[in-house]
Amino acid sequence: MKAVCWHGAHDMRVDTVDDPKLTNPRDAIIKITSTAICGSDLHMYNGFIPTMQPGDIVGHEFMGEVVELGRDVKNLKVGDRVIVPFPISCGHCFFCQRDLWSLCDNSNPNAPMVEKLYGHSPAALFGYSHLFGGYAGGQAEYVRVPFADVGPMKVPDGLTDDQVLFLTDILPTGYMAAENCNIQPGDIVAIWGCGPVGQFAIQSAFLLGAERVIAIDRIPERLQLAKEKCGAEVINYEEIDPGEALKEMTGGRGPDACIDAVGLEAHGMGLEGFYDKVKQSVRLETDRPNVFRQAIVACRKGGTVSLAGVYGGFLDKIPMGAAFNKGLTFKMGQTHVHKYLRPLLNRIQAGEIDPSFIITHHLPLEAAPHGYDIFKNKKEECIKVVLKP
Amino acid sequence: MEQASSNTPEQEATSLSETERWGSLITGGAMVLTGLSQRSLRGALLALAGGSLAYHGATSQKSLTQQVTEATGLDKSIRVEKTVTILNKSPEELYRFWRNFENLPTFMKHLKSVTVLDNNRSHWVANAPVGNTVEWDAEIITEQENHLIAWTSVDDAQIDHSGFVRFQLAPPGRGTEVKVVMEYSPPAGIVGATVAKLFGEEPEQQIGDSLARFKMFMEAGEIATTDGQPAGR
Ligand SMILES: NC(=O)c1ccc[n+]([C@@H]2O[C@H](COP(=O)([O-])OP(=O)(O)OC[C@H]3O[C@@H](n4cnc5c(N)ncnc54)[C@H](O)[C@@H]3O)[C@@H](O)[C@H]2O)c1
Ligand SMILES: [Zn+2]
Ligand SMILES: [Zn+2]
Repeated sequence: MKAVCWHGAHDMRVDTVDDPKLTNPRDAIIKITSTAICGSDLHMYNGFIPTMQPGDIVGHEFMGEVVELGRDVKNLKVGDRVIVPFPISCGHCFFCQRDLWSLCDNSNPNAPMVEKLYGHSPAALFGYSHLFGGYAGGQAEYVRVPFADVGPMKVPDGLTDDQVLFLTDILPTGYMAAENCNIQPGDIVAIWGCGPVGQFAIQSAFLLGAERVIAIDRIPERLQLAKEKCGAEVINYEEIDPGEALKEMTGGRGPDACIDAVGLEAHGMGLEGFYDKVKQSVRLETDRPNVFRQAIVACRKGGTVSLAGVYGGFLDKIPMGAAFNKGLTFKMGQTHVHKYLRPLLNRIQAGEIDPSFIITHHLPLEAAPHGYDIFKNKKEECIKVVLKP
Repeated sequence: MEQASSNTPEQEATSLSETERWGSLITGGAMVLTGLSQRSLRGALLALAGGSLAYHGATSQKSLTQQVTEATGLDKSIRVEKTVTILNKSPEELYRFWRNFENLPTFMKHLKSVTVLDNNRSHWVANAPVGNTVEWDAEIITEQENHLIAWTSVDDAQIDHSGFVRFQLAPPGRGTEVKVVMEYSPPAGIVGATVAKLFGEEPEQQIGDSLARFKMFMEAGEIATTDGQPAGR
């Protein structure tokens, strides 16, 4: 089959590889009909995710048709059309049982490697480095899905791939980021990053009752989408300092909650950005937490900082004094996708959300390297690429 | 191990308090290996067994050669202690699975096979580098149903191996805590035959990981793997 393989920073190739095989009793093999490139894939593309090996098949936002089932998968049939959550979760451990699916105990064969770094291992993820299990991903024609009896969800007829594909990751991610803000009537939510995750976070914040949402980015078409499609007020951080602007726009109080939808590769401004870039390039600091820092300082006293953007390693110069003395709450984590599938599918069916609005490019799988290039470099006003195998 | 033909009252008292001491270490909440310190696991388990098994009748004292070997660091034994918590499985269920030692290679990658010979005795075959194997017979020296199984290799084994597994209820709703402590040492007297050589790289890690696989097998019904999957290389 054809699959998108990582061969090094900025080197994705479409290789011909073996077809996946059923390995465990709870496996399924899915023939992929749509698969997207995520902001998280860019962290691999840019070389910031350790333990990648040349030839690793990437991709974690995918859906398709069941073609083969392991003997213990009773709830699916060959031919079913399913979407697949990006965390791999067993459904039976302490964490899965508490709806904390991205913290599953039993899916990462390389858990001992992660334990040395993090103390404990979260769930494995599709196509996201050996630290996170080393599973072949879904930017391919076929994929092996472990624990297929609890992960994949059947898609009702009448909904297109584009309408449901983002249930696999970014829609629940934006939603969980907003849910983590514990939004109360009258709340103003500030969101850094108007990529796909940021756009869904804006919509979700409104769905959860936010009075106003202020979105921050520098890419004109993304700011425009945030404003016109999602109803946010916007700040271009290249034009004004978001800290000051947020304070002015919130009557001096600061936003009640702040969402970081950017993560470890945040674009930094001025001296501080330069400092992080230099440190990151010599690997003294693994992540560039400009947005996280700004969010802490901007947030109102007693407010919440919710991180959807991914962090992997060590962060420098986090203003803990501000966070502590303002009594902030931090919420974060890989999304517990399984938990949100049903409720968000219901919202899609009810017409409350149509996630397809973020798609700017449909490309054949073979064009994946081009897709990565335009998505990363914001060429052709690219916001989201869907690959068609 | 020396045979103790007859015990003086003094020795009797020592071995009694030893039994208590090792008993509380092995069933308590602390790190077992830290508590053992320089002491061999085998010695502690034998003391715990308290000489109640006639064929051992051993004191917990070490032979002079063994003491010298240990003091000079020539024994290079591998010691592993690892604890996991398994949800929705009772100590009884887990105990029953483990008590059939033939199940161990399902999750212990370093073992090729275990054959149960009788109620107490089993034959173990472990993988060694370059396709070799190491074999030994092990005997259960003490057990408490649904709670503890302790075993050691028999005296003339190719390798000196001892271990125990303990099943204990976690707080309500949190499952069962399973602790495994194992020790592999070169057979007494064979200086330089390091166990690391027999088991290859990072044997502690390898053996420790097996308990995580036991948990996967018990909770998820299968062991997570990426073996045999495609890649562009
Ligand atoms: N928590 C999860 O489970 C989860 C799931 C999916 C994605 N993510 C993460 O969410 C983040 C966003 O994903 P995406 O797909 O939207 O990616 P993206 O790269 O398309 O979007 C990031 C946006 O942030 C903007 N940005 C960069 N620096 C900024 C700054 N200093 N201030 C404000 N905006 C800035 C960029 O211009 C871009 O528009 C990534 O870190 C991704 O890894 C997390
Ligand atoms: Zn993603
Ligand atoms: Zn789980």
